[in-house]
Amino acid sequence: MKLKEKIIEAFLFLCASVTILTTIGIIIILLYESISFFKNVSIFEFFTDTQWTPLFSEQHFGILPLVSGTFLTSAIAIAVALPIGLTIAIYLNMYAPKGFRKTLKPLLEILAAIPTVVYGFFALTIVTPFLQTIYPDLETFNSLSAGLVMGIMIIPFISSLSEDALYAVPKSLKEAAFGMGSTRFQTSIKVMVPAASSGIIVSVILAISRAIGETMIVAIAAGQQAQLSLNPTIPTQTITSYIVQVSMGDAPQGSIEYKTIFAAGLTLFLFTFSLNTFSFWIKKKYQEKYE
Amino acid sequence: MNNLKKNKIIDSSFKVFGVLFTLLGVFILIILIYNIIKVGYTRINWDFLSSLPSRKPENAGIYTAIIGTLDLMLLTIVFAIPIGVGAGLYLEEYAHKSRLSRLLEINIANLAGVPSIIYGLLGLGIFVRFFGFGGSILSGALTMSLLILPIIIVATREAIKAVPHSLKEASFALGASKWQTLSKVVLPSSFGGILTGIILSLSRAIGETAPLIVVGAMAYVPFVPHSIFDTFSVLPMQIFTWTTRPQAGFAIAAAGAIIIILIITFVMNGIAVYFRNKWQSKLQ
Repeated sequence: MKLKEKIIEAFLFLCASVTILTTIGIIIILLYESISFFKNVSIFEFFTDTQWTPLFSEQHFGILPLVSGTFLTSAIAIAVALPIGLTIAIYLNMYAPKGFRKTLKPLLEILAAIPTVVYGFFALTIVTPFLQTIYPDLETFNSLSAGLVMGIMIIPFISSLSEDALYAVPKSLKEAAFGMGSTRFQTSIKVMVPAASSGIIVSVILAISRAIGETMIVAIAAGQQAQLSLNPTIPTQTITSYIVQVSMGDAPQGSIEYKTIFAAGLTLFLFTFSLNTFSFWIKKKYQEKYE
Repeated sequence: MNNLKKNKIIDSSFKVFGVLFTLLGVFILIILIYNIIKVGYTRINWDFLSSLPSRKPENAGIYTAIIGTLDLMLLTIVFAIPIGVGAGLYLEEYAHKSRLSRLLEINIANLAGVPSIIYGLLGLGIFVRFFGFGGSILSGALTMSLLILPIIIVATREAIKAVPHSLKEASFALGASKWQTLSKVVLPSSFGGILTGIILSLSRAIGETAPLIVVGAMAYVPFVPHSIFDTFSVLPMQIFTWTTRPQAGFAIAAAGAIIIILIITFVMNGIAVYFRNKWQSKLQ
């Protein structure tokens, strides 16, 4: 009996340790292939060359164009999602009738449940042609349309998580502000949002991290030309869509093209890892403020 | 105009913005669904579901993609559920407040934030190359299992946390061992919550494309896989390749396949919400 309990506990521990192995696996795989990549390409070239053309006959290995593409699409997405998501969060928390909040929150969360390949199709076949009627010079593949649609996708991340943070603010703070004659808007901006700021910041960081790791929307709608440019109307390439492009072709294992996707992946992993660690730190630091 | 009036105007105009933005989200959702149905509904028929992919868009169907998705999900369930629920049980019931359990927790939170395409690179390095499984369903399912593990673990822990202490104490008082209490009391009463998490994680997995592209899911698979070592395609992969084709016919086929995947996603999310509500009212 005692032995059986011990065996079960050991088995459950093994299950939990799979998660540690996953992290170790990710780090080892990315480092292993990247190190062998950096034997052929100097780290200096990787960070300073302004061209990324590993699939052309004249190869350049500067990650900057991919980083700028990733930055551009993510910035557009956040520019859409942050104001809309935060306004929705404040509205649902401070203004909306209770029943309204209960129906609308899950309804908005559907936006986050839709497969991203569907958003990619939406961006390419519906949003881009629509934008072209307004601005005819917009190219078929562009970061504007991809970024806008990505912004729509991450609205629920910001609205739901920020609303949770606002909801967790003690009622007494809100009532004190109302008691002093503040309007709902004044209470929201001067009391509620500052009080919930750590939760709101965490939601925004998660949304950014989600945007830079998003793959299918940019792979479908933003094109496959790595360019060091912040022009949203021309094709671009992100780190993620470059990995897709190489994976769709057949780069033989061991070739330099094959290794580039791991070096690009390592760069992406470092970005999201720092963002996640930062959000974790904020959460820990400010969590017990009101408990 | 005095201050009071000004503040009231700001207050009501913000309310208008709030309503507008909230409705905008819903409105975009409706536009998306409407446009896709408008383009793709002509393809929704039995032939589309039961035909193999084809070079001619009007003959192309999603049979192999649907079978591939089903196979992949079944295999993912086999790997991910026992490990995910087991890990959740361990963290909630066995792990003491030690540095190891803190590390496990931080690690899981971090894994949940790793982009899915990185899991694809992990799968490519370990399952496809190192273990030599190639671009097979097995590699895809193992990769997908690692991807959804954090979701299942978190859901399991939440569900177990919600089980009232009195139930557990009653079981211990009757002389039940720890595992007897867990398997006969805690797991059954947290079942609804765990199931909700599992369904949501699978709904996420069904829509994932990026990691499978990296692992080597095929754009064109003209046969149904017979073993877990066969190459495969899945529904989102099929949508992706059709979307990137220049012929208009393939865009229509893609829209048709999107209708199918949206139905699957919405139904799964609906079931999950149903189970969650039922379970929550039962617990109270």
